[in-house]
Amino acid sequence: MSHQPYRLASGGHIDRDHEIEFTFNGRLYRGHPGDTLASALLANGVHFVGRGFKYHRPRGIFAAGAEEPNALIQLGHGPRTEPNLRATQVALYDGLTATSQNVWPSLRFDLASVNQWVSRFLPAGFYYKTFMWPASQWMRYEHVIRKAAGLGKAPTDRDPDRYEKMHDHVDVLIVGGGPAGLAAALAAAATGARVMVTEAKAGFGGHICFDGAQQIDGQPAAEWVTAAVAKLQAMPEVTVLPRTTVTGYYDHNYITALERVTDHLGNTPTHLVRQRFWKIRAKQVVLATGAIERPLVFADNDRPGIMLASAVREYVNSYGVLPGRETVIFTNNDDAYRTALALDDAHARITAIVDLRAEADAVAGDLVAAARDRGIKTYFNHAIIAVSGHRRVTGCSIMELAEDGTTVTGPVTSLVADCIAMSGGWSPSVHLFSQSRGTLSWDDEQACFIPDVAHEATVSVGASAGDFSLAGALKNGLKGGMEAARASGAKGRQPAAPKVDPVTEMPLRAIWQVPTNAGKGKQFVDFQNDVTAADIRLAAQEGYLSVEHTKRYTTTGMGTDQGRTSNVNALAILANARDAHIPDVGTTTFRPPLEPVAIGAFAGRAVGGQFEPVRSTPMDPWHHANGATFEHVGQWMRAWYYPRGSETMREAVDRECVAARTGVGILDASTLGKIDVKGPDAAEFLNRIYTNGWLKLAVGRARYGLMLGEDGMVKDDGVTVRLAEDHFHMTTTTGGTAAVLDWLEEWSQTEWPDLQVYFTSVTEQWAVASICGPKARDLLAELSDDIDLSDAALPFMGVSTGTVAGLPARVFRISFTGELSFEINVPSRHGLALWTALMAAGEKYDITPYGTESMHVLRAEKGFIIVGQETDGSVTPGDLGMDWIVASKKADFVGKRSLARTDSLRADRKQLVGLLSTDPEVVLPEGAQVVADLKPAPPMTMLGHVTSSYYSANCGRSIAMALIAGGRARLGETVHLPLSDGNLTAVVTEPQFFDPKGERLNG
Amino acid sequence: MLLIDCPWCGPRDDSEFQYGGEAHKRRPPAPDQVSDAVWADYLFHNQNPKGLYLERWRHSAGCRRWFNIARDTVSHAVLEVYPADALPSNAAARAVYEQNWRRENEAAANAAAVAETTEIGA
Repeated sequence: MSHQPYRLASGGHIDRDHEIEFTFNGRLYRGHPGDTLASALLANGVHFVGRGFKYHRPRGIFAAGAEEPNALIQLGHGPRTEPNLRATQVALYDGLTATSQNVWPSLRFDLASVNQWVSRFLPAGFYYKTFMWPASQWMRYEHVIRKAAGLGKAPTDRDPDRYEKMHDHVDVLIVGGGPAGLAAALAAAATGARVMVTEAKAGFGGHICFDGAQQIDGQPAAEWVTAAVAKLQAMPEVTVLPRTTVTGYYDHNYITALERVTDHLGNTPTHLVRQRFWKIRAKQVVLATGAIERPLVFADNDRPGIMLASAVREYVNSYGVLPGRETVIFTNNDDAYRTALALDDAHARITAIVDLRAEADAVAGDLVAAARDRGIKTYFNHAIIAVSGHRRVTGCSIMELAEDGTTVTGPVTSLVADCIAMSGGWSPSVHLFSQSRGTLSWDDEQACFIPDVAHEATVSVGASAGDFSLAGALKNGLKGGMEAARASGAKGRQPAAPKVDPVTEMPLRAIWQVPTNAGKGKQFVDFQNDVTAADIRLAAQEGYLSVEHTKRYTTTGMGTDQGRTSNVNALAILANARDAHIPDVGTTTFRPPLEPVAIGAFAGRAVGGQFEPVRSTPMDPWHHANGATFEHVGQWMRAWYYPRGSETMREAVDRECVAARTGVGILDASTLGKIDVKGPDAAEFLNRIYTNGWLKLAVGRARYGLMLGEDGMVKDDGVTVRLAEDHFHMTTTTGGTAAVLDWLEEWSQTEWPDLQVYFTSVTEQWAVASICGPKARDLLAELSDDIDLSDAALPFMGVSTGTVAGLPARVFRISFTGELSFEINVPSRHGLALWTALMAAGEKYDITPYGTESMHVLRAEKGFIIVGQETDGSVTPGDLGMDWIVASKKADFVGKRSLARTDSLRADRKQLVGLLSTDPEVVLPEGAQVVADLKPAPPMTMLGHVTSSYYSANCGRSIAMALIAGGRARLGETVHLPLSDGNLTAVVTEPQFFDPKGERLNG
Repeated sequence: MLLIDCPWCGPRDDSEFQYGGEAHKRRPPAPDQVSDAVWADYLFHNQNPKGLYLERWRHSAGCRRWFNIARDTVSHAVLEVYPADALPSNAAARAVYEQNWRRENEAAANAAAVAETTEIGA
C-alpha cells in the first residue's frame, strides 16, 4: 500500500483490500474502490490538477463535492469522453483515465500562464472592452478566446451509452440524505405516505460521515445512518435513490433528478443504463440539501494545497487521505476546529490555527476548548497576509489584525504549511429553493442567506435552512418530514427526536476580504472564472451597481459551479464597495440545471430510430421492393420517385410525369389527411368552416374546399365528399391533418357547441391509390364490375361505392393532376392488395408509379396550389386568384370578415403568378427573391419570391410560381432574380402552364 | 411544468395540453356589421396581464376538450378550472372577467347590433 504516500494507515470508507489503477495526465496511479478521483489523487500527493480560466495559474483540488471549482477534468476518451467533470464527484474505478482541462500544451508547461504576469491588463470586463471593435472581427477573436479558455472537449462520436427517463409521483420528496433528510424521510415514511429520498453522493449521512466521533441515541452516528437507510429501503412506499442529484425545481413541484446508475462501475454492464433522468411530481418537497463552506478571500488563496477546511476533514475521515503533512487552519468560525481535531486524531501535524476572531470571542466554544486542550497552537485575531509556493503552497505569513479588522499590524510571523484548510463560514444550499422561486433572507449572525418565503409546497430543513447543528438537523428534519406528510394528506404522529450531545459554538467573524500589508497577491473570489476581489471593486467603481450587472461584467458565479463557493463572498465585497448592507445588494437567480447534465440524459431513449415515430403507408413494402427513393413529409416516409436503372432524378421524374398524362400513372395518396365528419349539422358546420357553399352538395358528390383562419389567410384545402346527408369524408393536406382536426374541434366546442357534429381522424384507416391519365378508366374497369365508371354515372367530382379488385372501395373521381383521375379508397389492411392488383392489371397499359416529386410537378403544370408552399399564413384566397371559391353571398364563414379588412384589399398585395425563366432550361431556385429593378448590390426592392419551381417535361421547359406584389398587373413583364451566382430573368405569366382550359379531366 | 386539473381527466402535466390564449373573447355575432377596429379587438388584441388571467386550455393529448383556467401569470397558481361555456366562480377571477375593456366593447357592439336589428325590423 506504500504506493499511496498520503494514505493514512486506517480510516475512511474505502475498500482497502483492493487496489485499483488509474491514469491522470498520462501517469499511472493507484487508489481504492470507494475513492473519488480527487481523493485518490490526494492520496498520491497530487494537488496541482488544473489551471485557472483566465490567468492560467496552477490550481489544486479545493473541495470534496459538487462545489469544486478547480479540479475540472476530462474523463475517458473516444465517444465516451466527458468534459467538465469535477474530480471530487468522479467515483474511481479500475482503469479510469482522466486529463486536466484548460491547459495547453500541458499542465506543467502552459503557454497561456503568461497571462498571470500581464494580469493587470486583464481586468474585469476585459473581453467586453477589448474585443468588441471592430465588430466584424469578433468571430475571429472568439475562436482564439475559446481555445484559451478551453472548458474541455465534447466527444465527436455518437454517445454509445443508453439513458432512460423515469416518471414518478410521490407524496413527499426529500432532497438530500444527510441527518436532516433521513430524519424527514423516517417521519414521513412512518405515516405510510409515498416517499422518495435522493442523495447526490454514493453514501448517505452527509457531514456526519466525516465530522468525526458523534453519537446519536447512544450509538455512533454512522450506525444510526446505516440503520435509518436500511429501515427506509425496507418500506414498500419508499424509494431511496443514492447517486441522484436533483437538477431542477420547476412549477407546481415538478422536479427533475439525474441518477448516475453505472458511472462508478467503469465498464457499463450492457443490461443497465448509464444514467436515468427522473421527472417527479411531488405533493410536498423537503429540501435537506445541506450547506457549502465558503473560502476566505486572502492573497494568493488559489495556490494548490489551499482547500476548504471541511474538505480536508472529509478526505481524512471518509477516504483516509492526508491532504498535507503540515497544515495551517485559517478560519473565522468554530467549525474549522473540527478539522483540526480530525487531523490531530490522525496524528497529522498542525502548524497552527489562524483565527480571525479575538480570543475572547472564540474561547467559550467547545471545539475551540478541545483544540486548546490538545495543545494546538492558535493565533487569535490574526490573518494570513501572504502565501508562498507556486504549484503547491509551502507556507504563509500572518499578522495581527488591527482593532476594526480592516488592516493588519505588528510583526510578521511565518508558518510552514503544505496545506491550508480555510473556512469562511457556511452558506446554506438554497439553490433549489431559489429555483422554485422561494425568497431568501439574510441571517446577520451566521452571515448567510437562508430560505425565507417558499413559493411552492416546500420546506427547508437542516443546514439548508441555516440550522447547522446535528441536534437541530434531526429535530427539524423530523418536524419538516412530518409536516410535509400531513400536508400531502397522510396522518400520523411525529417520532421522538434522537438524543444528541449539544455542542456549544461561538459566532463567526465576517471579514469578507482579508486585509494584507501589501498590495501584492490576488484575492480570488470565484475560482472557476478567475474573478478577484479587485475585479468586483472595479466593477462597482465603474458603475455596475446591480448585482446582476456585476455578475455578468465580472462573470463571477457564471461557471459550471454556479458560484457555489463564491456568490456570498462576491455579494459581500460588492456591498462593501458600495457601502451597502448585504441583503440590499440582492442575490442573483439560480437556474436549472443545478449541475451540468449530459445531453444524452435529457434525450433518454429518444435517439436514432426512436427519435420520432416514422409513419409509413400500407403500400410501403411495395415501394421499397421496387426501388423507390423516399422523402420525409411530416412524420411520413413517402415515395419520392422511382428511378429505373441508372436514371437520374430528373430523368425519372420526367418519365413519370409524361406517363401520367399519356398512359396511366399511379400514386400512393394514403398519407392525405382524412377526417370523418358526422352529425345532423355536419353540412352547416362545413358551410361555416369552408369559404364556399356546402349545404346543397348532393350525396355522392365531392367538392374542393378552402379553409381560412379567422384572419382571412388560407389555412388548409382539400376535397370533401358527402357520403350521406349527415356524413362527410374530409381530406386535408398531409402535413396539416392534426392542425385541421384541432381547428374543427375548437370551433365545434367553443363557438358553435349547439351544432351536432362529430369528428374522427381516419387518416390511417384508409389506404388510397390515385390513378390518373387517359387510360385510367380502362384500367379501373378491369378491376371493378359493380361500379359504373361512365361519365354519366361517375362524373368529375362524383363518388361511388363498390368493389375494386374484390376489395370494398370508395372511388372518388377527383383530380390533382388535371387528368382523368380516380382516387380509390380501401380499408388500410387492403392497401397493399389493391396496389398490387392495380399494378398487375395495369401492366398492359404500361402503368407507371409516380412519387411525390412528380405529383408536385403535375399539379404545378395545372397551377394547383399546395398549402404551405404557395401559402405561408399571409395569403388570402384573393392573393391566390381563387376568389371563385369564396362565397361572398354566404352570411358568414370563418375568416370572411377579415377579407374585407383594408389590408386584405390592398392592390399591391403579393399575388400568385406564373414565372417563365428566360432560359427555358433553367429551373429558378425555389425561395429566390424577385425584384423589378436590378441593382449591382442590395438593397433592391423585393417584389416577392418563387414558391414552386420545376422542370416540366410535359411543357418542354421549366415552370415556376411566385408570390409577387401586384403580380396580376404585371403579366408579361420581365422580372429579375438576383442570386449569389449570377442573376436570372423571367417573364410573369398566368399560373397555369398545361391544359389551361381543363379539357383533359374527361380523358 | 404546470399541473393542470383537467375537468374530465384529472391532474396532468401541462405538456399534455395546448394553450388557447384569452378566454371569454366573444366572436361578434354579426361580423359584417362591425368596424375594422372592433374586429381587430376580437382578432388581434389580447389582454396580457401581470397577474390573474382567464385563459383557454385544451387537453389535446387526453380528452381533447377545451376548458378555461384562472391562472396567475406571475405565480402560476391556478385558482380555478371551469367549463368553456361558464364564467368563473372565484371572486377574484370573476372581477378579472368583468373589469376589462372587452366587456365595454361588447356592450357597445351589442347596442349597435340591437340598433341594427331594430332598423331592419322597422
